[in-house]
Amino acid sequence: MFDDTNAFQTALSLIMGFDPDLLAIVALSLRVSLSAVLIATLIGLPLGAALALWKFPGRGTLIVVLNAFMGLPPVVAGLTVYLLLSRAGPLGELGLLFTPTAMVIAQVILVLPIIAALTRQQIEELHGDYHEQLRSMGLSKRRMMPTLLWDARFGLMTVILAGFGRASAEVGAVMIVGGNIDGVTRVMTTAIVLETSKGDLPLALGLGIVLLGLVALVNAAAYLIGESARRRLG
Amino acid sequence: MTERRKGKMHKTGLILAASGLAGLSMTTQATEGEDFIILASTTSTENSGLFDAILPRFTAATGIEVRVVAVGTGQAFEIARRGDADSLLVHDTEGEKRFVAEGYATERADVMVNDFVVIGPGDDPADIADADTVADAFARIAEAEAPFASRGDDSGTNRAELRLWEAAGVAPEGGWYRELGSGMGPTLNTAAGMDAYVLADRASWVAFANPQGLELLFEGDEALFNQYGSLLLSAERHSHLKHDLAERWHQWLLSEEGQQAIGDFQIKGQQLFFPNATK
Repeated sequence: MFDDTNAFQTALSLIMGFDPDLLAIVALSLRVSLSAVLIATLIGLPLGAALALWKFPGRGTLIVVLNAFMGLPPVVAGLTVYLLLSRAGPLGELGLLFTPTAMVIAQVILVLPIIAALTRQQIEELHGDYHEQLRSMGLSKRRMMPTLLWDARFGLMTVILAGFGRASAEVGAVMIVGGNIDGVTRVMTTAIVLETSKGDLPLALGLGIVLLGLVALVNAAAYLIGESARRRLG
Repeated sequence: MTERRKGKMHKTGLILAASGLAGLSMTTQATEGEDFIILASTTSTENSGLFDAILPRFTAATGIEVRVVAVGTGQAFEIARRGDADSLLVHDTEGEKRFVAEGYATERADVMVNDFVVIGPGDDPADIADADTVADAFARIAEAEAPFASRGDDSGTNRAELRLWEAAGVAPEGGWYRELGSGMGPTLNTAAGMDAYVLADRASWVAFANPQGLELLFEGDEALFNQYGSLLLSAERHSHLKHDLAERWHQWLLSEEGQQAIGDFQIKGQQLFFPNATK
C-alpha cells in the first residue's frame, strides 16, 4: 500500500514546497505550544522552587498530586477546559472555545505539572547541597529562590524542553478545545489525525516527520544557547 | 562583574522572547474577524472535501466565513445543545426532529442525500454481494459470524447501522461484532487491517485512500439513503449565537445557488451528494 520512502518523499516535498497552508499550521503549532510553555514556565519555576524550599502541612500530598498530574491524559485536560469554556460552562461568556487561546489554556494545564514537579526536584537537590553556604550568607528563603533557580538553569532548560515535548506532541486536548478548524485552530497533530482518518497515510506520516524535525530544531536551538552560555562561564 | 553582565543578558533575552510571543498571539487575535459562524457538522462532509468545495462559494457571495468543527452526529448535537455552535448540519433525521421538539432548534430542512454502502473484504466470506436487500446482507454477515467493524460512537452512521441490524432481525453481539468507538476514517483503517465488513457513507469511502483489501460489496437499497439536514438553532435557548449569519447560511444551503454548489462537487468523477431541498 505505501512504504516509508513514500512518507519521507512526502515530508520532503512538504518542506520544499513551502505550502502556505502547511506554513500556517506549523506557525500555529509553534505559537500555541511555545505560549503554553512560556506561561507554564513563568508559573512553574517559582511554584516548584517554593515547594522545594518551604515546609508546610500537606506539602507531601501536594507533591504527590503534582507528580500524578504529570500523567494527566491530554483528552481529560481538553474535556475539562471544554466544559469550562463552553457557553453552558462557568467561563462561557468569554467566548474562547474553538480559538487558539483555548488551546493554550489546555496545554498550560498539561505542561505546568511537568515543569513545577521537575523544578521542585532539581531545586530540592541543589538546596540540599548548598543550603549551609546560602544560610551562612544570611539569605532568607525568598532571596535564595532566584539564586537557586539561576544556578540550576541548565538542568531547568531540560525541564522546560520536557514540557515543550509534551505540548507539541499532544493531540487530545487541542482537538477538543480547538475543534481542528481549517485555517483557525488546525495544528500539526490534529492535521495528522485528520489525514490518517482520510486514509492518506503517507501524508499523515510526512506531517509527522515535519513535526519531529520542528521539535528537533527547537531542541537544537536550546542546546546551542545552553552550550554557549556554559562555555562563556568557562 | 561578568556574572552581572550575564544576568542582564539573560533578562534581556527573556524579555525579547516574551514580547516576541506576545506579538505572535496578537496577530492571531487580529486575523479573527467578526463575520464568521461555527458550524458543527459530521466527519463525512469534512473528510470528503465537500466543505472545501462549497464554503468558498458561500463566503464569496456573503462575506461570511464558516468555521467547521467536524465531529460525530451525537457530539455535534451536544455541541449545539451547549450553545457552542451557531449552526448544525448533520445526518440523523429522527435525532434532528427530536432536537426541534426539545426546543433547541426552530427549523429543520432537508439539504441533500448521499447513501451508505456496505464495504467488506474482496473475497466476501459472507456472500453479501448478491443479497437482495441490505437487511438480507446484514443477516448473512451475522449468520457467517464474519468480522464486522462498527463505528460504535453514536454518530449518524452508527445510528443508521443499528437500525439496519434491527431491520435484519439480528442483535449484533459476539466476537465477530467489533465496536470501535471511532470516526469513519479510523474505522475504515481498522476494518482494512482486520478484513472486516463495515458500513460507510459513500463520500468517506470514495475519498478514502487506504482501502487495502476492502471493496464495495453492496449498494443501492433505499434503506441505505442518508439524508442530511440543516438546523436553525433557537435564539431563545442561546441568545449569544450569531443567528442572523447562521440563518443566511441555512437559507443559502437551500437556495438554488447552494444546491447547485453541492451538486457540482465531485471526487474521482463521481457526484457524492445529491441536493434535495424542497424549497
